[in-house]
Amino acid sequence: MGHPVAELLNASKRYGHVQALQDVSLTIDAGEVVAMLGPNGAGKTTSISLMLGIRKPTSGAAQLFGLNPRDLRARSRIGVMLQESGVPGMLTVEEIVDLFCSYYPAPLPVSEAIAMAGLQEKAKTLIKDLSGGQRQRLYLALAVCGNPDVLFLDEPTVGMDIEGRRRFLEEIGELAARGRTVILTTHYLEEADQLARRIIVIDRGRIIADATPAAIKGRVAGKRVTFSSAQPLSENQLAGLPLNSQDIADLRVRLLTNEPETVLRELFRRGVDIHDLEVSGADLEEAFVAMTQHGAVT
Amino acid sequence: MSAVAGRTATAPIVPMLIKQSYAEFIKLFRVPAFSVTSIVLPSMFYAFIGLGQAKQRLAPGLNVTFGEYFLASMALYGVANVMVLGFGISLANERGQKQDLLMQSTPLPAPVFFVAKALSALAIALMSLVVLSLLATFAGGVDLAASQWATLFGRAMLCSIPFIGLGFALGYIASPNSAPAVTNLIYLPTAFASGLFFPLRLLPSFLQHLAPYLPLYRGAQLVWDSVGAPTEGGSVSSDWFYMAAYTVAFFVLALWAYRRDQGRKFN
Repeated sequence: MGHPVAELLNASKRYGHVQALQDVSLTIDAGEVVAMLGPNGAGKTTSISLMLGIRKPTSGAAQLFGLNPRDLRARSRIGVMLQESGVPGMLTVEEIVDLFCSYYPAPLPVSEAIAMAGLQEKAKTLIKDLSGGQRQRLYLALAVCGNPDVLFLDEPTVGMDIEGRRRFLEEIGELAARGRTVILTTHYLEEADQLARRIIVIDRGRIIADATPAAIKGRVAGKRVTFSSAQPLSENQLAGLPLNSQDIADLRVRLLTNEPETVLRELFRRGVDIHDLEVSGADLEEAFVAMTQHGAVT
Repeated sequence: MSAVAGRTATAPIVPMLIKQSYAEFIKLFRVPAFSVTSIVLPSMFYAFIGLGQAKQRLAPGLNVTFGEYFLASMALYGVANVMVLGFGISLANERGQKQDLLMQSTPLPAPVFFVAKALSALAIALMSLVVLSLLATFAGGVDLAASQWATLFGRAMLCSIPFIGLGFALGYIASPNSAPAVTNLIYLPTAFASGLFFPLRLLPSFLQHLAPYLPLYRGAQLVWDSVGAPTEGGSVSSDWFYMAAYTVAFFVLALWAYRRDQGRKFN
């Protein structure tokens, strides 16, 4: 613990006219498990790309282990799962893991890397014949085979089924427990909650929150309360309720609140005629909108 | 930092190069569309065009048979074909599948990647030469001295080197969809225009004037010379000079195309 492994220093990134990242500074220390959370297009992948040296910042700087991220000494200590990267289809799982092991100074045994990804039965299979979920697990094998100090996982569970996702998260949790630094991006709040001890929320190229999962959830989570009312709802029927947002379309009412029990108790007490009541977890994308509208602070 | 003080900072290059070269080789070899056409096609052309008249003398008074002459032609055609199509199409495909993104995130040095690709293609080129030579020897009655075989193999392989540069360049310029068409459109006509399939005198006169400036024409003189067939277009040393110039030009073009592609994706 302690020394920084990945840093962004006032980093900005522009693609043509699109400002993907705006003056972002962050430091990730050895041993941390960090989730970068945000809606699509928020700048998560760009942040990771800068830290990995796959992209260069338009201004500011990125460092890995205090080195230029393109330095092979830095790259030799990390493992990476990238969204959308391709793999050669005409190699077998075993062949490519063996090949990738040769890139690193102190790799895991090939069979161990394959076992960690749960691909033992597919070791002799050509990559082109793997399913989407198996391919995703292969990316995990390639990321861990170099026995890296730091793992970068960009949307790692996309394309996995529920069972695959559960196993995968367990595996990552174990790696983290053994002292690896893990930096992952996701747009699933549960995933971030389950793995990370620190969540960085990115929206429109800026960090809008950087805190523990509990603190973030308190700010963005809440419950979505949806119901139909018999008569149109008047403004003062909702007055004074602990609501994060409210949306009334004809007789359909949608509320976002951190205290659904209080809100419902009060609505019943005020004699509101409620049908088709639903209480659900807040959708993260909606929560982000609410968060940015409410001017959440870093 | 102290936790990793005991281990070297990066992996050793030689084992990496050996594994990478092997992987590149089996990647190419397992694609029948590439390996079969690369290894079999020159021999097939040899069987169709060369075998029927293999034992005839190339010209009255010459101690070279058509079989020997056409062996040299197809040897050059085959090795250059591997380089242009092998690199052009496979590199364009790999870019299309974003395999370059995966490689970019590993500590594999770019030069190791390129040398491994070149070595794997040279191995397949050598295989096409061996198959062709066996066919020419046993079906075409070609009987070269050991030194002639060595010169033919050596020159054919050396002449493939500029085409490695051309293949790289095309692989970074062409899109995955256009690569097969573009490489064939460039390679096949120049093979014809360089006299590899038909004597130049049968071609239109503007092509006869253009031919001496084509790299395959210069390579053809070198391989024909190695089996004792007459050459044209000046001395063998001027042919070497042209090949060297083409090597430099194609590799500069490849480097430019590579940097342009990297700049777009990884800047």
